[in-house]
Amino acid sequence: MTVLSDADADAAAAALTETSPVATSTTAGPELVQLLTPEGERVSHPDYDVDLSDEQYRGLYRDLVLVRRIDVEATALQRQGELGIWASLLGQEAAQVGSGRALRPQDFAFPTYREHGVAWCKGVDPLQLLGLFRGASNGGWDPQEKRFQLYTIVIGSQTLHATGYAMGITKDGAVGDAETGEAVIAYFGDGASSQGDVNEAFVWASVYNAPLVFFCQNNQWGISTPTAHQTRIPLYQRARGFGFPGVRVDGNDVLATYAVTRKALDDARTGQGPTLVEAFTYRMGAHTTSDDPTRYRLAADLEAWKLKDPLERMKAFLYKQQIVDNAYLQGLEHDADELAARLRQGCLQMPDPDPLTMFDDVYSETTPLLLEQRAALGSYLAGFQRGAS
Amino acid sequence: MAQVTLARALNEALRTSMDNDPKVLLMGEDIGKLGGVFRVTDGLQKDFGEDRVIDTPLAESGIVGTAIGLAIRGYRPVCEIQFDGFVYPAYDQIVSQLAKMHARSKGTIALPVTIRIPFGGGIGAVEHHSESPEAYFAHTAGLKVVACSNPADGHAMLQQAVASDDPVLFFEPKRRYWEKADVDLSRTSFDPLWSARVVRPGRDATLVAYGPMVRTCLDAASAAAEEGKELEVVDLRSLSPLDFPTVLASVRHTQRLIVVHEAPSFVGLGSEIAARVSEELYFEMEAPVLRVTGFDTPYPPSRVEEEYLPDLDRVLHAVDRSLAY
Ligand SMILES: Cc1ncc(C[n+]2csc(CCOP(=O)(O)OP(=O)(O)O)c2C)c(N)n1
Ligand SMILES: [Mg+2]
Repeated sequence: MTVLSDADADAAAAALTETSPVATSTTAGPELVQLLTPEGERVSHPDYDVDLSDEQYRGLYRDLVLVRRIDVEATALQRQGELGIWASLLGQEAAQVGSGRALRPQDFAFPTYREHGVAWCKGVDPLQLLGLFRGASNGGWDPQEKRFQLYTIVIGSQTLHATGYAMGITKDGAVGDAETGEAVIAYFGDGASSQGDVNEAFVWASVYNAPLVFFCQNNQWGISTPTAHQTRIPLYQRARGFGFPGVRVDGNDVLATYAVTRKALDDARTGQGPTLVEAFTYRMGAHTTSDDPTRYRLAADLEAWKLKDPLERMKAFLYKQQIVDNAYLQGLEHDADELAARLRQGCLQMPDPDPLTMFDDVYSETTPLLLEQRAALGSYLAGFQRGAS
Repeated sequence: MAQVTLARALNEALRTSMDNDPKVLLMGEDIGKLGGVFRVTDGLQKDFGEDRVIDTPLAESGIVGTAIGLAIRGYRPVCEIQFDGFVYPAYDQIVSQLAKMHARSKGTIALPVTIRIPFGGGIGAVEHHSESPEAYFAHTAGLKVVACSNPADGHAMLQQAVASDDPVLFFEPKRRYWEKADVDLSRTSFDPLWSARVVRPGRDATLVAYGPMVRTCLDAASAAAEEGKELEVVDLRSLSPLDFPTVLASVRHTQRLIVVHEAPSFVGLGSEIAARVSEELYFEMEAPVLRVTGFDTPYPPSRVEEEYLPDLDRVLHAVDRSLAY
């Protein structure tokens, strides 16, 4: 599967001769928790480990492949004018699948706008994600049923919601048991770490010992702004000042991300309070399809990160361990093709909402003003239909 | 004269303001190398350096709060808020701090801070990228609020806003960023910033609009002219203070008024204008003041934004209703 076309890379290289972009760090430092090297070698870590069945290992890889395919298809649909915009997760699949699969069914996730991989793990139909980016809905899934909140576009806000939800779990006495205790995960980005809301969420979660994992995907960029513009210390170290542990994990290593998030969630559900997990990764694509990263970043950076691709390393591991064979991989490719075809067809056939639905659900009990405006728009639009027929 | 887009005209205005006054600083998210998501600050960091064109951390309260401090220290900050829907994290800094400090300090502290906000819909965006929050700020004493509608005004008004010693919320109609017009970029004298302008004369009814809806009203007036109706279009330009003499003079002449804005109607600019016009011209009006606005709902998903936004047909529909009285 392509990560970036050569044309894109060339364009990036060309543009960079004219500007002076900042280099970002591609190395995370010795504190990085890793269980799988970029070459697919299994390594051990004193504090974290996973022991999964072959079936589970295959499942994680399957998720990575399918989630990337969703992303590639959505990007193509946007290019063809079917979506207004798309926020690609390219490069962040392992961070999302590792953390998403670490969640137990009772756990609740609060995403940003880029958590397509977590949405997948939570059983949200990717077609609903397309509906949002197409402009047909604001998502449309039931957050309570999926235990996956609607996407939040205003940077950082959801971290406070996650904290409040987690406080509610404590009030309900639903923490304590290692199996049935509940926990919450709040996703946010490196850019978001500067927002007041995120810092207030840290304070609240700490003071109320909330059963919560703050999961920061440090993909090195907030649009054009490098992480160095948001912080002078590694982000995971911020947690310490707020009074809870922070850990930096290789976000391109699905096993390490799974292990670290699993432990943080289990700590939370057993009453040991919040953890900040910084998943060190890289945004391989543009910020969104509206963005032009050649204006601000080095093609060389991208090349370095390509070597750390989260899918390739998991595939290499599975292959070496003989957990997958060619037949399995072909079958998976076939499933990905089918998924992409279903999404494409569903997107092309997606009806526009009835304009009058914009008046629905503004309140639990509607108001005279809204009823009046709804009726007025209804008869105004009906006038056109009469005129046309 | 040069044919320039609104985005380019604003860029030139910032460049001139920075050339003229070394205390002018630009602050915002992604305004440096990227040139802002709408490229309004394109090339400025390259020419003026990172000290004067500041890529800030991602926090709007931080942007406006530190702009206040820099202004107290003698600087003249121009903040960019990336999209309308992202100004709210800075709301306290704007309405409780920026707006009130001049009065609280008995005039000893001046806060020449400009806050640029791309606003309005019509670009097929996702949630929070199409809002019209101007009324919140026009409602707040101590803030001045303006909205440009075209490249020449963008060029003039932004320079004037930056030069103003009062805080100015500067609204830019994002769906008009790429519309072009002739602009004299060397011009140095302009109409007063706080004045409205009759942009098309007419005698049958007055359309009052600002920002993105001025173009819509001009198009409606052209269409109406083909049916023999002469509509006068007033571009408010300044929303607070509001140039009532210009509005009242027009309505005194046409005796009919339709106010058009994208923002919801309830307690919007149209409400204030309607109240004032009915106070002043109660006996002279031929029809009640009508409003064509967005609905009092959250901004809808973009596939139905056309139905939400006032357009030429809805404006003409209101004109017909007004003329029928
Ligand atoms: C309050 C607010 N300000 C600005 C924006 C515009 N914006 C959207 S994404 C983004 C950068 C976010 O960076 P990060 O938190 O690192 O997340 P990433 O996009 O890298 O996943 C910005 C500035 C926004 N959505 N909300
Ligand atoms: Mg980021």
